[in-house]
Amino acid sequence: MDDQYISILEFCNCHQLEYSFIHSLTENGLIQTIIIEEDEYIEQEQLRELERIMRLHYDLEINMQGIDAINHLLNRVSRLQDEVRHLQNRLKLYED
Amino acid sequence: MEFIDYYKVLELDKTATKNDIKKAYRKLARKYHPDLNPNDTAAQKKFQQINEAHEVLIDPEKRKKYDQYGKDWQHAEEFERQKAQQQQYQQQYSGGRTGGFGGAENFGGGGFEGGDFSEFFESMFGGAQGGRQRTTRFRGQDYNAELQLNLTDVYKTQKQTLTINGKNIRLTIPAGVENGQTIRIKGYGGEGMNGGPNGDLLITFAINNDTSFKREGKNLYKDVELDIFTATLGGDLMVDTFDGKVKLNVKPETQNGTTVKLKGKGFPVYKTEGQFGDLFITYKIKIPTNLSAREKELLQELKKLQENG
Repeated sequence: MDDQYISILEFCNCHQLEYSFIHSLTENGLIQTIIIEEDEYIEQEQLRELERIMRLHYDLEINMQGIDAINHLLNRVSRLQDEVRHLQNRLKLYED
Repeated sequence: MEFIDYYKVLELDKTATKNDIKKAYRKLARKYHPDLNPNDTAAQKKFQQINEAHEVLIDPEKRKKYDQYGKDWQHAEEFERQKAQQQQYQQQYSGGRTGGFGGAENFGGGGFEGGDFSEFFESMFGGAQGGRQRTTRFRGQDYNAELQLNLTDVYKTQKQTLTINGKNIRLTIPAGVENGQTIRIKGYGGEGMNGGPNGDLLITFAINNDTSFKREGKNLYKDVELDIFTATLGGDLMVDTFDGKVKLNVKPETQNGTTVKLKGKGFPVYKTEGQFGDLFITYKIKIPTNLSAREKELLQELKKLQENG
């Protein structure tokens, strides 16, 4: 298999996870999996996101709905931070 | 090295039960977890303190030791030694059992990264500790660093070698990087635990403007002084751009504050090879000073002509 994809089965074995966890993530639209020749995979690019969700769920006991809400808020924070940075840089134009 | 009040860290009092500790830990971990506070070093530090406090207070033996010595933790080892000597003495003179004296408790062993705990913790409980129950693989901590560069440095893509925690990292800094922008270098953060992947290195650029240009994203701005005669009659003007001088044709009767756009003479567009923003030149018309009598006379004459005509 192409390096671009990671087998869900291997991922679950490696992290001692139940497959139902991955299933509930896909059900809630938190990650997307791809089926190739009857085996399920995730794209390598999504690995970081999957690991982050795992930590939120197992370390902080946050359920899927909570993770979804957190994702929305973090995206919003990130956009606002970008905007602040942009505005600070613009403000500098007038301060200098 | 300062004493750390682990009860205070977890916002608990000394009578807290194991359940109270668990609850307080969960509550604070949710608040300060690095995944919920990306790029926030203060939150990461707080999270480490919470983890450390939890590690000590949730373990009955560590908590006992911590409670016993409290602020006198620096003398803990001495107390232990004295206690051991006293017990040995008592055993010798009471014909007690032989052998089997272990001395001070030893929390050594295990595979924790030293950097995860404060100096205080390391001093009291040893650099590494065992008994960690979870076998989950943990991704290493992300490291944050700030790289200060001049605006002229980021006009062209360049390579720099940084030394972070003893490792040399050859870094490509793409032209056009913005002030405050952060780039992520995968795998150059803290080491993962239990075979987990390494964290990432996050480098934030602090760009100091060492030029007379003002920058807004890909565009540059500059004020240029224009003498009143060229402004009135028109003419040529040499102006500095980032990549050399350019001759500008000033139109007759150019007004103060007029802006002209020099297409493609701005700053490189981030990660877009060969594309540049624009340079905006604003004319600031300079009124002549120290005029001679003859010059004043001519200007008066001009004024009269203007008024009459």
